[in-house]
Amino acid sequence: MLKQTEGSKAVAEAVALCRPEVICAYPISPQTHIVEALGEMVKSGSLTPCEFINVESEFAAMSVAIGASAAGARSYTATASQGLLFMAEAVYNASGLGLPIVMTVANRAIGAPINIWNDHSDSLSQRDSGWMQLFAETNQEALDLHIQAFRLAEELSMPIMVCMDGFILTHAFERVDMPSQEQVDSYLPRFEPRQVLDPAEPVSIGAMVGPEAFMEVRYLAHAKQMQALERIPQLSAQFKEIFGRDSGGLVRTYRTEDAETIIIAMGSVLGTIKDTVDEMRAEGHKIGVLGIISYRPFPLEQVKAALINCRRFVVLEKSLAVGMGGIVATDVRMAVTGTGLKGYTAIAGLGGRPITKASLHQLFRQAELDELPQVTFLDLDWDAVNKQLERERKTRRSGPAAENILHDKGLVSAKFG
Amino acid sequence: MGFQPVKFYQTGTFTVGNRLLAADERSLQSGETRSNSINSGHRACQGCGEALGARYAIDAAMAASNNQVIAANATGCLEVFSTPYPESSWQVPWIHSLFGNAAAVATGIAAAMKVKGRTEVRVVAQGGDGGTTDIGFGCLSGMFERNDDVLYICYDNGGYMNTGVQRSSATPPAARTATTMPVGPEPGNPFGQGKNVPEIAMAHNIPYVATATVADLRDLEYKVRKAMSMHGARYIQIFVPCPLGWGSASHDTIRLARMAKESGTFPVFEAEYGEVTGVLKIRHKISVDEYMKPQRRFAHLFGKNANPETIARIQSIADRNIRKYGLLEEECN
Repeated sequence: MLKQTEGSKAVAEAVALCRPEVICAYPISPQTHIVEALGEMVKSGSLTPCEFINVESEFAAMSVAIGASAAGARSYTATASQGLLFMAEAVYNASGLGLPIVMTVANRAIGAPINIWNDHSDSLSQRDSGWMQLFAETNQEALDLHIQAFRLAEELSMPIMVCMDGFILTHAFERVDMPSQEQVDSYLPRFEPRQVLDPAEPVSIGAMVGPEAFMEVRYLAHAKQMQALERIPQLSAQFKEIFGRDSGGLVRTYRTEDAETIIIAMGSVLGTIKDTVDEMRAEGHKIGVLGIISYRPFPLEQVKAALINCRRFVVLEKSLAVGMGGIVATDVRMAVTGTGLKGYTAIAGLGGRPITKASLHQLFRQAELDELPQVTFLDLDWDAVNKQLERERKTRRSGPAAENILHDKGLVSAKFG
Repeated sequence: MGFQPVKFYQTGTFTVGNRLLAADERSLQSGETRSNSINSGHRACQGCGEALGARYAIDAAMAASNNQVIAANATGCLEVFSTPYPESSWQVPWIHSLFGNAAAVATGIAAAMKVKGRTEVRVVAQGGDGGTTDIGFGCLSGMFERNDDVLYICYDNGGYMNTGVQRSSATPPAARTATTMPVGPEPGNPFGQGKNVPEIAMAHNIPYVATATVADLRDLEYKVRKAMSMHGARYIQIFVPCPLGWGSASHDTIRLARMAKESGTFPVFEAEYGEVTGVLKIRHKISVDEYMKPQRRFAHLFGKNANPETIARIQSIADRNIRKYGLLEEECN
């Protein structure tokens, strides 16, 4: 059914259609609207049977989900930013135990400085946690990916983060096609756990494992993700059969045929990039786009296949490997090892910095001329940075950096952009 | 399970067996119907109070729930000694997730059981004092506050014994630990610190809070059974001497647990909805130095460098417990 709704609300409805049995909620922007909507559904009785638990921290949220999942309940939670970091120990634990929890990450920057706006630092910080990470480009895809995520997670008995850009998607009102309960039921079977805490069949879960078996257990997490590389395209195809639309998959190309330059990105910024590429195509530029939906597992082969005929690529990412450069860019470079392709990294949109078409036009045109440095910081205010560096050179007690820069700029964020 | 021979002893009214008692007054642990929830073969130290306490408690919980128990365990000695991969002592469904989240994991299990309509299944969370009073305290308080249907059992041996005897917020004043060494002008653990978690639990107004020791098995079994007869958040803190951490003889575990209670050091009581409803009276009052002397963690308080003032301060804490909880029988003149 077509409807005009907020991204968070759409995701909440999709999660409800997946018949979750235990939902743990702890407020952190920008995911709050999702669990608020689910809480209302459970309290009103429209989502039943389901236990909605207001926990005291994100660490508890993931821990409650671990207990519930290990006891055989389909479990869901949502978080962002600091919340994801606060639950990090339990995030690793959930995947280590092989529990198919689905969690929405409403992507948001990590402080300090504290910042509530969107970038991908939070989920990317959990890159090696053993969780799969699927990135939504639109609200439609966000809701679709949740339905696919429960299916994939439970099939492999591994947890999945569905990542959607905070505010840009979570708080945007857009048209979505909400599936029916019958459609979701025909796609998503009942949860049959591989392991379950049950007095009728007592098992011990979470034993101490020494050097004799630890590597094998850890390797299994990798093996599961390699299986996911096979299953994700298949599940996306099955999804299309029932729901009638393309959603999910590993990667998605846009106007890459004959493209000499390909721009690679994840999440909602793909929309702005596609608009820019359309305009450049109209002017005769041979440029295309590669969207990465599955960040973990990372589809090395598919990325390579998409890039193999271009001359250069630009990875535009909302994350920064401090002291090195790009996070996603490193993975992409790994995919094209030995091909001789020129690759550039553009760090953009950190802490919600707007990524404008004007800036993208400039960036892409520079790339086409191979005039980009290895790493570009899109729209970085070099004057502000240099002023602070100069201050630190001159004065030992230079004071807190963030406050200095804010003072220099004399702006408040609401007026920016 | 087939016939299992059980040894009976007749050495006193507190012992596990005691055939002098009527059959219905005997402990569950002395009967052959006990569930042996924690099987033999685990790797606890000789004289481990925690292994004993956990065995008594979980067997009692099993008996009270028609063997329908799921246990969540915090990281710690109990977890490590009971499940050296691929072996497990647990005869109940059991999960260990992390050090600080046993209460929350138990909440999740209870929620799963509720949503599946399996109301007969009961959930027990357990951890040591470090996993309970320190790192797991946030999750514990959250579970209490929501009144989740979980019995949380804390095995209190007064320190982080699994990591090598470091100080916790349950370590008693003056005690030597690896992080409160008996050096300097105020040797051992400082006075005026630490948490009284049973009282904090009571402040949450949860249905049931109790303390118990491994010295009084019937009282412990009674409290677990009582807790299991109720729903909502329940908390039992069991005093479990640790020969390794305390520097005590392994054959003194039960004696020291009894002395902790008889000296007023560890008040044994129960409370419902924040009000104390019963205390275990002191039968033969002893002074705190009698209790402390057999423990090397207090050795610096005795001998040539003895400081009577320190012992007097510890005695005054015990005396306050005795006054506060009314641990002595009213004297009749």
